[in-house]
Amino acid sequence: MGASRNPQLNASGDLTHLLTLEGLPADVITHILDTAEPFASISEREVKKVPLLRGKAVFNLFFENSTRTRTTFEIAAKRLSADVINLNIGASSTSKGETLLDTVDNLCAMDADLFVVRHAQSGAPHLIASHLAAMKRSDVHVVNAGDGRHSHPTQGLLDLYTIRHYKRDFRELTVAIVGDVLHSRVARSLIHGLTTMQTPDVRVIAPRTLLPSRVEALGVHVHNDMHEGLRDCDVVVMLRLQSERMKGALLPSAGEYFKHYGLTADKLAAAKPDAIVMHPGPMNRGVEIDSAVADGDRSVILPQVTFGIAVRMAVLSIIASN
Amino acid sequence: MRIEINGGRVIDPAQSLDRVASVYIADGVISSVGTAPSGWRAERVIDASQRIVAPGLVDLAARLREPGLEHKATLESELAAAAAGGVTSLACPPDTDPPLDEPGLVEMLKHRARVISKAHVYPIGALTLGLRGEALTEMSELAEAGCVAFSNADMPMPDTQMLFRALQYAGTFGHRVWLRPQDAHLARGGVAHDGEVATRLGLPAIPVSAETIALATIATLVRETGVPVHLCRLSSAEGVAMVREAKAEGLPLTADVSAHHLHLCDVDIGWFDPQAHLMPPLRGTRDRDALRAAVVDGTIDAICSDHAPVDDDGKQVPFGEAEPGATGLELLLPLTLKWATEMNVPLMRALATLTTAPAAIIGIEPPTFRTGSRADCCIFGATDHWTVSRASLCSQGKNTPFLGLDVPGRIYYTLLAGHVVHERADRATAARP
Repeated sequence: MGASRNPQLNASGDLTHLLTLEGLPADVITHILDTAEPFASISEREVKKVPLLRGKAVFNLFFENSTRTRTTFEIAAKRLSADVINLNIGASSTSKGETLLDTVDNLCAMDADLFVVRHAQSGAPHLIASHLAAMKRSDVHVVNAGDGRHSHPTQGLLDLYTIRHYKRDFRELTVAIVGDVLHSRVARSLIHGLTTMQTPDVRVIAPRTLLPSRVEALGVHVHNDMHEGLRDCDVVVMLRLQSERMKGALLPSAGEYFKHYGLTADKLAAAKPDAIVMHPGPMNRGVEIDSAVADGDRSVILPQVTFGIAVRMAVLSIIASN
Repeated sequence: MRIEINGGRVIDPAQSLDRVASVYIADGVISSVGTAPSGWRAERVIDASQRIVAPGLVDLAARLREPGLEHKATLESELAAAAAGGVTSLACPPDTDPPLDEPGLVEMLKHRARVISKAHVYPIGALTLGLRGEALTEMSELAEAGCVAFSNADMPMPDTQMLFRALQYAGTFGHRVWLRPQDAHLARGGVAHDGEVATRLGLPAIPVSAETIALATIATLVRETGVPVHLCRLSSAEGVAMVREAKAEGLPLTADVSAHHLHLCDVDIGWFDPQAHLMPPLRGTRDRDALRAAVVDGTIDAICSDHAPVDDDGKQVPFGEAEPGATGLELLLPLTLKWATEMNVPLMRALATLTTAPAAIIGIEPPTFRTGSRADCCIFGATDHWTVSRASLCSQGKNTPFLGLDVPGRIYYTLLAGHVVHERADRATAARP
């Protein structure tokens, strides 16, 4: 049972990979968020680069399509002066029959220092990390950029950063996560992050078809009704609904979904007057969120994207220095 | 060849025999136990002192991967594994490539197994052509070729009418039907038990209802047709409860469980360990405990290895893409002994779940030490521990969730029809107190 140890911390407790927020100690999370603070102001500078990753090769290994995450990782790595290589594997080697670990071995032979991995299968970055450990390549690091339904830790961290930026103390908040929790790695990461940071009331709001079984075991309160679930919330996080889920066995239509769970000004009125609205993007306007709310003064959706670069810079620099 | 097995503790569930005695074997059959036949002169004497002498084990589910999947395993490698595990008779499921749906394939398999001659092989024929669940196979032809039962292996029957007809047809000719209870639709796309672990890890899930709905369907059709069914590899507490109730009602059902499921649960997936990707999925601790208890009370009749050699290519991929299954033949006895010790089950009873019970399910004579019986037996140290490692396994499939685990039960000799087919030269590694 070799894969039973959480492989993202080394023997002295330092972050050597970032695979999931589950089990990541609160002080490590706080350290990442604190490290991100000065990086957030770099974008306002004339010269946006720092030399922390000079000479390091960062491989963006995307087995699943992504624009936003890949781009923000690329910007983050470049601002740290790393050499960035983008690989869209979905369209190259695996379609020629190369296995995931063969690809990794080949890129290691090209002196990769850090892999940023996105994969459609839950656990793929763990597999790579275990493989690197078995190959005694402790000098090569893995950052999970989203694996299946499991985890998207840098998204979770940037969500935490955003919440801390606007709301300060996690220990006094009520946070509602709305939508397709079943398929969402964003939801799982944020839930683990918030519970670790001792947020007392984390809620998920969704129809029962979009909730995994025993989700309350993750430490959340389950609501099926939007008005009830949003009552007195400080933070509302809307999840993206994939188009293939909008019609079929999970939901009858996008329209009916919007009727019950789409975030409108009317539904948002149940939350606290100063509640912020977040979304990991890309948004489906008129499906999970009304444009008036998405573009409204309580929306922090665009700042999330900006913070995302700073948080990813923090993660890359911390891992590379360990 | 006249062989004398000296000084071992002979345990024979078929005749409730448990005593220290010598066993005398001549011309492939048991000559006597206890007293030497008159004029006895042994050609070979095996010292079995401090060891158990038991009938050869009978396994209800051992995939040998032939024909068609020889890159995973061959008859040579897997029958050697059977011998190393003390297994002298085994049933192999029809999920080969092509599936065992034609008499020629079955005859070839039987022939190859006879040539290798390390275990008796009893093929399970495909219940439907290509295991597709659309058309019946020629069951009588397949039975003549050597099939002892019919099953759709791990492919669920997608159509209840087809299942109903298959039972009626098989029942007409007295063919045995084995079914793994799993609803095709509820299990679709799933790779792990629907519970906290799958929710945490974001793994597509298989609910317990996939098993219970299939069990309810099967029980209803068995009640309707009167055709006996053997249920393969139960996985859940609810499933066990349904089988217990159905048996109490008098339905002609038998059931088995894989040795893996007596010890592991979904928590053992850890951080996506592909070794723990099994089918049916490992379920919760409550389910595991119910399975352990169900073998004790007889709701589950037999323990099987669910042997499925998977090569490294099939396991060194993300959990959801990994091929389900684990090597099991050489772990069947150790895992059963471990269960028996932990549940305070006497050795006699534990060995019955590996000998008389599975033999009755296959429909063969139980292996026994009665005079005149075929001399299939194994000699093991019940408290001799060993560590499971890739090097310690004869099977070509080196993948099992038990790698690195210390297990009891070391097989020293296996005899098939009076011939030694497995032998460990060394005397016991230090027995544990």
